[in-house]
Amino acid sequence: MSTTTLTQGKDGAPAAGAGEQLRRGLAGRPALMALIVVLVALVAGAVAFDGTWPKALTFDVKGPLDDASNWLTDNRATSPLFLYFLLHISNWSEGGVDYVFTFLSNLGWLGVTVLATAASWWVAGAGLKARALRIALLTACIFAVFGVLGLWEYAMSTLALMIVAVAASAVIGVLLGLIAGLSDRGDRILRPVFDTMQVMPAFAYLLPLVLLFGIGSPAALVSTVIYAAPPMARLTSLGLRGADPAALEASRSLGAGSWQRLWTARLPLARKEMLLGLNQTIMMALSMVVMASVIGAGGLGDKVYQALAKDNVGMSLIAGVCIVLIAIWLDRVTAAAGDRLESSPGSAPAGDTGALTLERLGARLIAAALVVFAVVASLLGPVGERSWPTDWTASVSAPITNAINSFTKAISDGVPVLGGTDVWAAHFTSWVLNPMRDAMQAAPWWGVLLLVAVLAWLAGSWRAGMTGVLSLAVIGVLGLWDKSMDTLSQVIVSMVCTLVAGLVIGILAARSRWVMRLIRPVLDVMQTMPQFVYLVPVVALVGVGRPAAILAAVIYALPAVIRITAQGLRTVDPAALEASRSLGGTGWQQLRQVQLPLARPSLMLACNQGVVLVLAIVVIGGLVGGGALGYDVVYGLQKSDLGVGLSAGVAIVCLGLLLDRLTQSAGAGKRGGTK
Amino acid sequence: MNPSILTRLRGARRSRLLKSTLAATGALALTLGLTSCGKADPYYSGSPNTVTLPVAAWAGSEANVAVAKQILEKQMGYRVKTLQMDEPVMFDALNTGRADAMLEDWRGVPKKEKKYVEELKTVVNAGELGVTGHIGWYVPTYFAKKHPEVKDWRNLPKLKKYFQTPESGDKGQLLEGSPSFSTYDDAIIKNLDLPYKTVYAGSEAAQTKEIQKRAAKKEPFLTYWWIPQWLNSKVPMTEVKLPKRTKGCDAVASKVDCAYPYTPLTKFMNRDFAENGGKAAEFLKKMNWTTEQQTEVVKWMTIDKMDTDEAAAKWVKENRDTWEKWLPDK
Repeated sequence: MSTTTLTQGKDGAPAAGAGEQLRRGLAGRPALMALIVVLVALVAGAVAFDGTWPKALTFDVKGPLDDASNWLTDNRATSPLFLYFLLHISNWSEGGVDYVFTFLSNLGWLGVTVLATAASWWVAGAGLKARALRIALLTACIFAVFGVLGLWEYAMSTLALMIVAVAASAVIGVLLGLIAGLSDRGDRILRPVFDTMQVMPAFAYLLPLVLLFGIGSPAALVSTVIYAAPPMARLTSLGLRGADPAALEASRSLGAGSWQRLWTARLPLARKEMLLGLNQTIMMALSMVVMASVIGAGGLGDKVYQALAKDNVGMSLIAGVCIVLIAIWLDRVTAAAGDRLESSPGSAPAGDTGALTLERLGARLIAAALVVFAVVASLLGPVGERSWPTDWTASVSAPITNAINSFTKAISDGVPVLGGTDVWAAHFTSWVLNPMRDAMQAAPWWGVLLLVAVLAWLAGSWRAGMTGVLSLAVIGVLGLWDKSMDTLSQVIVSMVCTLVAGLVIGILAARSRWVMRLIRPVLDVMQTMPQFVYLVPVVALVGVGRPAAILAAVIYALPAVIRITAQGLRTVDPAALEASRSLGGTGWQQLRQVQLPLARPSLMLACNQGVVLVLAIVVIGGLVGGGALGYDVVYGLQKSDLGVGLSAGVAIVCLGLLLDRLTQSAGAGKRGGTK
Repeated sequence: MNPSILTRLRGARRSRLLKSTLAATGALALTLGLTSCGKADPYYSGSPNTVTLPVAAWAGSEANVAVAKQILEKQMGYRVKTLQMDEPVMFDALNTGRADAMLEDWRGVPKKEKKYVEELKTVVNAGELGVTGHIGWYVPTYFAKKHPEVKDWRNLPKLKKYFQTPESGDKGQLLEGSPSFSTYDDAIIKNLDLPYKTVYAGSEAAQTKEIQKRAAKKEPFLTYWWIPQWLNSKVPMTEVKLPKRTKGCDAVASKVDCAYPYTPLTKFMNRDFAENGGKAAEFLKKMNWTTEQQTEVVKWMTIDKMDTDEAAAKWVKENRDTWEKWLPDK
């Protein structure tokens, strides 16, 4: 602690630091003592009492939930709620996705490729500029890859769902963003809604959505909108609020009415943020569309999932690569559009919409030509064949599968002396996971509640403590105490592994530009690759069971932690670094005494992000033997058992709240201490 | 201008702006609502001439659908949409019309079957697929040869030391598959008083990988398994005989203490599709092939790593005699 305060001294606030330390010292000691008392009580309680939540304090939610689910299936064809509302949404989405797919398949592979290439080229600025041409080339190549890999139809089906999902998310996002951006009350109401939409693990709400909207595209679409609309709304609102007052004043003084002002000044001024929002929305929609393959979304996600069941890792990897390619394509195109907005100051709002320059005319002509081409081509039937010709495909999945299999076999038990991952995993289970789970399940429930409260108090926020205790209590009341403790032990272990690995790699990446350049593409791919892809290799490495679930979680959460750590370390005030260097600090000393303490806020953020991501993948862990809550959610989804699935989903959300608040308040508390 | 007037003016304009935005949003919602004023069709299943077939997570189900898809699309001019989902959810999808026909049901969800087929009458039985399925407890044949006594369940307690893993602790491990599979194993273990614990792999993918991994090292393992299964040709398996089936021994899920039955796999259809589905429905009702034929396609798909559609196309090319009988009468 003292080193921290000393380095803070260099920031020029020694007095505040000392006062802070005094206060923290006073507040800290009783809390520390309380912590010790609680720990002693926990051990004593574990020995003396039965640790689980008492049966008398549970409330049976399974019965009512099953009744609700039965009511929904029984009254689907008769209740007005369905006939006049829900069914419209689901029929529209089914029809919409079908329509887009039919349109794409009527265009034929050549038509789709030409149209996509031309559209990307046009969005990237048209003309013969290097950038536009590069994007056009990229697009054409990516579509050709879909065909050559033999996944044309699957890619089109994903693309159809994506088009509808992104359109719906964007429209809803903009509407919500307008409300939040134009009214303070709207902002206050909507902000927590957006928070919940983003933090809630998608698997928790997939099942209720399936019951409400039906399996397949409708549920997939609605869940995608829930997941992907918030960034669009947030950034639209941000753009509207951040508009230059001078421009608004100018437009007002020209006598524009409020509608006109919104249309001609505020929205155009917010264009850049809105485009960024669209980019984010597209990326999130893509990851959700893949995840929704567990509820019959179809397309590439299905291919990933089905290939795994046949032990065809190569095929699922290829399908995963196609998903990454779609992500790259959409990301580059929207980024190019954003850069174009930035680079052309003349595109500014209001007045000059009327002026029709030659360039503008050309762009419009091209756009019109594209539309005409699309309509004519889809009406006249496909240009060339509907799907990519089968003679032009190459099957590469078998060699990839063999390569991956021999690689995983080699390191799972072929490492001389050290044994290999398989043996390590067995030891890990016996010596770390089992004792930890048993201890957490044996610890008395009231003791765990107390421990959480004291930890939150130590971290400096009683509100976080309240939230934590309440969410644990909800878990107990749901009757999921033992399973949640099992999951919690896995989550904590995954967290520790992720943080250790993330910190080490993050430090390396921050200190060496070369390492960063090397791992950046790896991180990109890891973040966009659907999680299903690495399920089977993970099992091949460590066998079915909790180590597999933990390994999957670490792989998933690692990139974000590495990124945030490296970023935090690199943005440390250069003056502080220079000062320590001039005092003769070695590289190691610099890192330990200056960089790490100063980067603490971002390290805590990394920790917080790690928690959220690890929890998001608990369900995926259920697919490789993680058991406990994750398995229950999968069970609920696959057996359409709302009672089991939803209550386990709620328990995961509660664990998420608990860990999120604890890590967040720890971060905030420490940050409070450094200022 | 006087600043205070300006602020007030701005405030007024702002709230007007807000009101008009809200009004616009409301109007939009209203128009959307009005266009949808009519009753929705509760059994809508997308565009016409499209047949939606659900695919379960196991390879056999995929083979049925792939072959049906080849014939429906290439020979009969339909578009086939496949949906990845599990057996229990398939019944829900058939009920709502999101899916038209499921081709391989293991009769694993009697409650849903009863509800939709008998009570709501939204789903109909569409005949047998021709393949017979059987679930049971299996050990690898290399282990059964060394310890032939494993074939009788009564010897399982003695043999538990071979099946212990870190996940199962001091009990023997019974490896389970995906949560969607129908299993009574927890009840069987309890009712037969066996020192075993179920460990759920969580997906068929994880289960088959685990089996292959152990088989490569010739390690013993005990697993919930079934025939026909593609992996059996690569890792031969021997069944552990559970107590003989008696009448009603599996009537109550928590009281099961006997072996699993041999089930003729069955096709089910959405009623509307079965009645008005035209040639596609007729074809799917007639579709019927043997365990050997299905296993052949599955083997191409799995062990030979052929693409599913490719394998189905190959089978359709080579077995015209078989599938021509499935085509509707002209």
